[in-house]
Amino acid sequence: MAADDMAASAGWGPRQPPARSAGDPARSSGGDQAWVTYEAEELSLYAITGGRTRPQHSMRLVTLLEVADPASAKGIAPEADQAVELCRAGPCSVAEIAARIGLPIQATKIVLSDLIDSGALVMALPGPEASDHLQLLEALRSGLETRLSDVA
Amino acid sequence: MSPDMRTEGHGPTTVKIIVSGGFGAGKTTLIGAASEIEPLTTEEYLTEVSDGIDSLAGVERKATTTVALDFGRLTFRDQQMVLYLFGTPGQDRFWFTWDDLVVGAVGAMVLIDTRRLADGFAAVGYFEQTGMPFVVAINEFDDAPYRYSPAEVRAALEVPDRVPVVRCDARVPSSVITVLLTLVDHALTYEYEQPRPSAPVEQPHAV
Repeated sequence: MAADDMAASAGWGPRQPPARSAGDPARSSGGDQAWVTYEAEELSLYAITGGRTRPQHSMRLVTLLEVADPASAKGIAPEADQAVELCRAGPCSVAEIAARIGLPIQATKIVLSDLIDSGALVMALPGPEASDHLQLLEALRSGLETRLSDVA
Repeated sequence: MSPDMRTEGHGPTTVKIIVSGGFGAGKTTLIGAASEIEPLTTEEYLTEVSDGIDSLAGVERKATTTVALDFGRLTFRDQQMVLYLFGTPGQDRFWFTWDDLVVGAVGAMVLIDTRRLADGFAAVGYFEQTGMPFVVAINEFDDAPYRYSPAEVRAALEVPDRVPVVRCDARVPSSVITVLLTLVDHALTYEYEQPRPSAPVEQPHAV
C-alpha cells in the first residue's frame, strides 16, 4: 500500500501553509497542522528502509546525485526507480528527490545509499574550488546579480 | 559502464540559505518568487530528548515530530552553482536541532510579518547565537494596519546594529533577490572583516 499513498499524500506540488485565523499566535497552538505524526507511515518506512535508521553513505540535503549505471537499479523498490528516473535529467539533490518520491529525508538517504552501493547512482560532489568560502560567496553574488538583471 | 564501484563524480557547487520566520510570514511565497521551480515540500522526523519540562523526573523521554520543509532552487550556470532556499518549519525549537538544515548554510533571512512582529524573535536570537550571517526582511503586507520602520523592527527584536534590516515584498522576484544580495554582501563583509570561525563539524545525524 503505503508507498503510492504516501507519495500522493506528500504531494508533488507546492503545499499551502496551514490556514490560520488572523492574529492566532503560531506558537501557542503549536502549528499542529504542519507537525503531524504518521504512525502508519512510520511502519511502511520501516519496510522501505529495512529498519535501518542511517544511510551507509553520508549525504546532506543539498548533496547532488547523478546516474552512473541505471541498469543496476533494476528490481528494487519503486521509490528507488523513481529516484534514478529523477537523476536522469541531470544531478538532483537529496531534498528534491525526497520531495518528489514522497519519502522523508532520512529514508530517502537510505534508498539513495543503496543505489550508490548497487552502482546505479553516484554523488556529484563539487570541485575543490567550493571549499574556498570567499570564492563561493563571490560566485553566489555574481549569480544573484545576473538573476536580478534578468527579472528586473 | 565501468565495473568498478564509483561512488563520487563531479558536479556543481550547492549552497543553501535558510528562510525563517513565523507562520504566515510569507516564507513559501518568498521562496516561490525567487525559485525556478514550484516550491517543493519534504518532511523529516526529528527526535529530541525532552529537556525535562514535560518529562517525569529521572526519566528521559524522546519526542519525535515531523517537520515539513519548503524549498526552492536557483541555478547559476555560469558559476556552476545551485542555490537552495529552505523555508524552516514554524515551530522553532525542533528545527534548531536539525544539523543537516543548519550546518553549512551560507546565511539566513528572518522574514517578519509586522502584524506578528514577535514571531521573529526566536529566529533572530538563534542566528545571533550561532554566528551565522543573517538579515531581517520586513514583508510588507498590503493589509498591515501600520508599517513599522526598519529602525522600529530592529529595536523591537533587539537586532544588533551590524545586521541589516530591510523591507521587501515576498511576492516580487526582484525584491526577494535584492534581499538575498543584501545577505550575501553582509556575509562577505563578515568574511573580510573577521577571520572565519572554525567551520562547524559535520556529523551524521540520527533520526
